[in-house]
Amino acid sequence: MGGILSYSFTFFGTTVSVSALLGQATLGLINGSFYACLSLGLAVIFGMLNIINFAHGALFMMGAFVAWMLLTYAGIGYFPSLILAPLIVGCFGVILEKTIISRLYKLDHLYGLLLTFGLALVIEGLFRNGYGSSGLPYRIPEVLTGATNLGYMYMPNYRGWVVLCAAVVCFGTWAIIEKTSLGATLRAATENAPLVQAFGVNVPRLITLTYGAGIALAAFAGVLAAPIYSVNPNMGSNFINTVFAVVVIGGMGSILGSIITGFGLGVIEGMTKVFYPQASATVVFVVMIFILLARPRGLFGKAA
Amino acid sequence: MTLSRRSVLTAAASALTVPALPRPARAQTAPIKIGVLNDQSGPYTNTGGLTSVICAKQAVMEFAAGQGLNVEVISADHQNKPDLAVSIVREWFDRDHVDVLLDVPTSSVALALQSVVREKNKVYLNSGAASSALTGEQCSPNFIHWTYDTYMLARSTGGAMVKAGGSSWYFLTADYAFGKQLQSDTTNLVKAAGGTVAGASLYPFPGTTDFSSFLVSAQSSGAKVIGLANAGGDTVNSIKQIAEFGINKTMKVAALLMFITDVHALGLDVAAGLNLTESFYWDLNDRTRAFTNRVKDKTPKNWPNMVHAGCYSATLHYLKAVHDMGAAEAKKDGVATVNRMKAMPVEDDCFGQTKIRENGRNLTPAYLFEVKKPAESKGPWDYFKQIIHTPGEEAYRPLADGHCSLVKA
Amino acid sequence: MFGFSRPQSIAFLVMVALIVVCPFVLYPVFLMRVLCAALFACAFNLMLGFVGLLSFGHAAFFGMGSYVTAWTMKTWHLDAFFAIGLGGVTGAVLGLGLGYLAIRRSGIYFAMITLALAQLVYFVCLEAPFTGGEDGIQQVPRGYLFGFIDLSNDMTMYWVVAAVFLGGFLMVHRIIHSPFGQVLKGIRENEPRATSLGYRTDDYKLIAFVLSCGLSGLAGGTKALVFGIATLTDVHYSTSGEVVLTTLLGGLGTVFGPAMGALIVTSMENYLAQAGAWVTVIQGAIFMLCVLAFRRGVIGEIANWRRLTL
Repeated sequence: MGGILSYSFTFFGTTVSVSALLGQATLGLINGSFYACLSLGLAVIFGMLNIINFAHGALFMMGAFVAWMLLTYAGIGYFPSLILAPLIVGCFGVILEKTIISRLYKLDHLYGLLLTFGLALVIEGLFRNGYGSSGLPYRIPEVLTGATNLGYMYMPNYRGWVVLCAAVVCFGTWAIIEKTSLGATLRAATENAPLVQAFGVNVPRLITLTYGAGIALAAFAGVLAAPIYSVNPNMGSNFINTVFAVVVIGGMGSILGSIITGFGLGVIEGMTKVFYPQASATVVFVVMIFILLARPRGLFGKAA
Repeated sequence: MTLSRRSVLTAAASALTVPALPRPARAQTAPIKIGVLNDQSGPYTNTGGLTSVICAKQAVMEFAAGQGLNVEVISADHQNKPDLAVSIVREWFDRDHVDVLLDVPTSSVALALQSVVREKNKVYLNSGAASSALTGEQCSPNFIHWTYDTYMLARSTGGAMVKAGGSSWYFLTADYAFGKQLQSDTTNLVKAAGGTVAGASLYPFPGTTDFSSFLVSAQSSGAKVIGLANAGGDTVNSIKQIAEFGINKTMKVAALLMFITDVHALGLDVAAGLNLTESFYWDLNDRTRAFTNRVKDKTPKNWPNMVHAGCYSATLHYLKAVHDMGAAEAKKDGVATVNRMKAMPVEDDCFGQTKIRENGRNLTPAYLFEVKKPAESKGPWDYFKQIIHTPGEEAYRPLADGHCSLVKA
Repeated sequence: MFGFSRPQSIAFLVMVALIVVCPFVLYPVFLMRVLCAALFACAFNLMLGFVGLLSFGHAAFFGMGSYVTAWTMKTWHLDAFFAIGLGGVTGAVLGLGLGYLAIRRSGIYFAMITLALAQLVYFVCLEAPFTGGEDGIQQVPRGYLFGFIDLSNDMTMYWVVAAVFLGGFLMVHRIIHSPFGQVLKGIRENEPRATSLGYRTDDYKLIAFVLSCGLSGLAGGTKALVFGIATLTDVHYSTSGEVVLTTLLGGLGTVFGPAMGALIVTSMENYLAQAGAWVTVIQGAIFMLCVLAFRRGVIGEIANWRRLTL
């Protein structure tokens, strides 16, 4: 194996070894985990509620902040926060839905986008006022520190944990939606709400809980992110544009599409960092343009 | 009735803008106004921010009252945006009659303001920005670079590391004026000392918080030293991630620009052993301790770093020059005021005695510090041990190499 | 006059009166900022208010116009007329290119694809040497207009900017109240029907897009000359978001709405600049309020109250 790993080749003027490429691809998977988690929440909300939730990045950031607050003010550690923070932010999401978001269902999609864009500004602005922009530290839990030698790079254990968690949660959510009766009810409710309601299902409550669940997913990603990036109010806005691109590429309502595209784009971004790091922030958009031109509904999107 | 509706609108529009009316001329001498412009919400909030304003006010308090000078200090947040800064400063000069521009971190912003200050013939005292171009090709007769610059950092931190065996370098650079200048100054120094540069990763600034890919590139380059050509929150994040990936076990870490406020944010257990250069440290001598004691209760979260001390020192010296010239003269001609400041020797509790060169460079001393281990720290903010002291005369770029038009060849 | 109805004519005259009187009472540079923002918003309103397409990337055209004007002014010392004109042309050409890619989609897809394209433009501006990256293009001289009008005087520059704004404003109005504009309205109301009537809807939308982008470039170029600087902020997506806010707040689809929105938003930013992060919170809150309760915007609400079209 050592033989292949030390093989080098030149591409676009940069000489790169296979091990470096693999290393960056693996790192890309980590970023991809965040993209997958976040775009999953977005896809759930769009697929089920027809709302384009621009506030997703801000709520991701709230998840990280709540985890930090739990640690600082209540001494609650990382593992309990993984469950508590999404619950807390999810509840906040439920309140948001009941008071504000539900008014948008009858309006054009674009108003939903504008409202949640404004909401994101408010949330980020408030946190920036309260906590400044420089970022707060959040320690990696003891049991996950250290690194493992994968042969071609040293992978910090915590980052491996992130990939694992994200994969489990993402595929778990997909399974719930596609394979269980709850999921079937949800899907039915989006297609024909009055009919499902006639069956005795409380559709508005279902929608509210779905929004809350989507938000909780974002907050969960936030807790995962807290030890890696500093907990700072700009965390969400750094991600949100890319995550939107992921959702559009994957197909606006497709759960599986967002998961696969999320991880995949993370890897592509990682590889770009090897050859042309300055372009790493933009490669997602280039891909999105090509996909949109060729396949307007996205890779896995359903026809209208 | 259409007219009444429109007049409501007009009234509303005027009401919104009434505070913008110019103030009526006053009978007595207008006050000297100091405008502190820095980042109060972004990555450099703790490096400068409100603490700089407090230090400037401290200088005003200590000097102005006793000498009968009427001085006001105002401040604004430039959010690291050159166009916003230009807009704020123009208004300050045109409408608010501000005389001095102070602090201004972020080199792209600092550079953008040179021409505005020159055009309006005011005074520009920069404590926060780093680019050595400010006293080089972009020098100006209205400008003094007070506290530090990229050359001094490169020479002190870079020089020391090369001497200690760090012969091959890899840079992690913030992709803008400051980062590139710092990388370039340090590269020149490393090569002049016989070292090599294995490569560099320029990352998008601002906005990047995850450096993992760039760090892995650094590691695979095989260089002995990783040079962080960035500042503020970026430096803090890079160092944390370096520890996470275990890079500090195989490479030395040179934080080319780091302040005590960043060490505070990192915590000693992560920052221990790092080498950095500042021109001020609160615990250096009795005078610096005295200054810090005067200020620290007003800024409990942020003890003063060199940028804050620079704001204090620059303000104090400026007021001395104004007192010497007379307020009216000083307000009229920025170039004359700056020339007077260059002619008078500088002396204060923060930097001791320094001299200002023709190109506007204030020759503060450079101290190479090493961050203490947690066990070695005996009290709050007790973070540094001094390794090397470079006097101001030797720390900065020789006049001839700067290509500043003010320097007679 | 100019095809305005009676209340619109009165509103127009009041606006002109304000433009003439204000610089003597208020700070001209602030007013110039308002006028540039107003022109940008009028251009944007053409797309969103009349064609019904939300473009989330309009900053790309504003910013590129700004960069081109700044660069040609600084490097070639062109007459200000040509420099600003080039800014407008740049916006239009870029609009043609990007519009051709985007116009086939609509709704949310159009918004996302324009956002993506704008991010690409941002990236190009970040890396390309001629834009100066983070520093931007600095120290742009104001130069001369038509060879003899010296623009370095703030008041003179103000009149020029006012003229550019009024010209652009009237142009947008003429576009809307023309047979072309009627077709656009028809497309917005019911595109399949317009197609069935034989109109090539994509072409109409593209032309409107190009016009909108050209005027945005003009606004950007003027702004660069006023402040002597063109930076990345001009192409950043927050500028795109801001023009949406401006238009929404002022009144989507109204003639005077964008100008009113620009006045409010610019004033707000000016006075809250000291308050740092609160600006974002307030902008966000206004966005939310507008969408929930105030969808017609300031001018729209006034017009509705008086049952007029403004």
